[in-house]
Amino acid sequence: MTCLPTHTERKLGLVIDLDTCVGCHGCATSCKEWNTGGYSAPLSDIDPYGADPDGAWLNRIHSYEVGDGTESRTVHFPRSCLHCETPDCVTVCPTGASFKRAEDGIVLVDPDLCIGCKLCSWACAYGAREYDPSHGVMKKCTLCVDRIYNEHLAPEDRTPACVRACPTGARHFGDLGDPESAVSKLVAERGGFDLLGAFGYKPVNKYLPPRSRRDARTVSADAPDKAPQKQKIAAPTTAIESLFSWVDRALSR
Amino acid sequence: MHPAYSVILFTTASGAGYGLLVWLALLSATGVLPADRWLGFTGLAISLGLISVGLLASTFHLGHPERAWRAFSQWRSSWLSREGVAAVATYIPAGIFGIGWVFLERTDGIFAILGLLSAALAVVTVYCTGMIYASLRTIRQWNQPLVPWIYIALALATGAVLMLALIHVFGMESPWFSLLTAVLVGIALFLKQRYWSTIDTEKKTWTIGDATGLGKHGQVRVLDLPHTQANFIMREMGYAVARNHAEKLRGYVRLLAFLVPGALCLITIAPSALLATPAALLAVIAAGVGVAVERWLFFAEAEHVSMLYYGRPAA
Repeated sequence: MTCLPTHTERKLGLVIDLDTCVGCHGCATSCKEWNTGGYSAPLSDIDPYGADPDGAWLNRIHSYEVGDGTESRTVHFPRSCLHCETPDCVTVCPTGASFKRAEDGIVLVDPDLCIGCKLCSWACAYGAREYDPSHGVMKKCTLCVDRIYNEHLAPEDRTPACVRACPTGARHFGDLGDPESAVSKLVAERGGFDLLGAFGYKPVNKYLPPRSRRDARTVSADAPDKAPQKQKIAAPTTAIESLFSWVDRALSR
Repeated sequence: MHPAYSVILFTTASGAGYGLLVWLALLSATGVLPADRWLGFTGLAISLGLISVGLLASTFHLGHPERAWRAFSQWRSSWLSREGVAAVATYIPAGIFGIGWVFLERTDGIFAILGLLSAALAVVTVYCTGMIYASLRTIRQWNQPLVPWIYIALALATGAVLMLALIHVFGMESPWFSLLTAVLVGIALFLKQRYWSTIDTEKKTWTIGDATGLGKHGQVRVLDLPHTQANFIMREMGYAVARNHAEKLRGYVRLLAFLVPGALCLITIAPSALLATPAALLAVIAAGVGVAVERWLFFAEAEHVSMLYYGRPAA
């Protein structure tokens, strides 16, 4: 049924920390590995080692440069389905293949009902649905629905493959409908935000903003007003002074 | 947006077919057209033929055409499903209307009512087609209130152009229908011009900063794409071929879909059948090609909000 549930018992989703993500693509490859053998498998590739590789992935890692001058920074930006509360990708589906689960809010595609019309991908504002040309159906993040409830796995593995794989702990999984959950507290503490919030799909997944820069450049010469109490240290002339100068900078961070 | 060629064929052919069905039903129910067997057969064969070819073509772009029947189930929420239901529902009254006209040579009474019902369903079907696009908030150029009305106006205009050719071939020319067709083509052109000026002047709503949520930290620029080769999203949503030539293509659409058929319709008022019939047939060809280009441009000019992630500054 492609009508949306009026209420979901839980709002399972991801919280992605744009401050700690290092853009290693580990979550994307881990996702690909799990999901080519999991729900709605295979997650096909065409000509994967050739000149023009193509294939469906459920998670894509962008890298952006944000700001100018000393305030500019690189932000790595994983992008996948946000399991929105009111997404049009579900309601436009003509067959009922796309659905949002009332029990946990996960948005899924039933690969046995999908006719591959691609309309859901047109309705998604986040480019989160990718068509699998060899399977002839639409693929999307399942929030590893076949891991998170899987009692054959060790308890620590009952979490989405991307979260398990992240080497910097930039990905968090939990119930965003419960204000007491660890992920909800993290979002509150760090000022987590929605992507295209004003668009109205009400994403469940949240993103944590990059923290302000705290390195030597922003706290000294280029932005003196930000560290008014800081004492000026004369330029080092010997090796040992250079070392202490470095220690001073490191401690100032 | 990447234009699915089968969808262009479908909306162009079916649109004209549904339009022709509307005119066949209206003109026969009101007694303007005689209940002539061969006129009915030819008209309905062309109309239902175009509709059926279009509907079949529309399944070609599916990943699983054999499952297309499942698309009738979600009419509560999906305009695509509603379109499918309305399209199939139209066949039932249209079929009985056709039996009455072709086998019994009757287009009055119950047959007239069923004819008008099929005409109403034809308009509903075309409205649903337009709403598939107009309901997508992700594409500003499609999410316009005018879109379904342009689909209907073009269906009625191209259907009338077909009807005009048909009545000329059957030697039943009528100056007022020539005039009516020219007026319908004019209305469609007016709506399309309004549509183009709206999408050209409207402010773009979303930026790459909104899409990433990083706008408050400064200008957002793409440093690295997630993949070296284009993926489905880039090919499907980022299709920009012909967008640079949009102005030129709009000119062709104005000419082929509107000005040429409109002028030819007026020529059909000429008393000489030697001039009028070829003019009416030429109008069909021009309108068909023109509307196909219009549909292609409708896709090519559509900008999807997800392309913000791939570096488009605004959508």
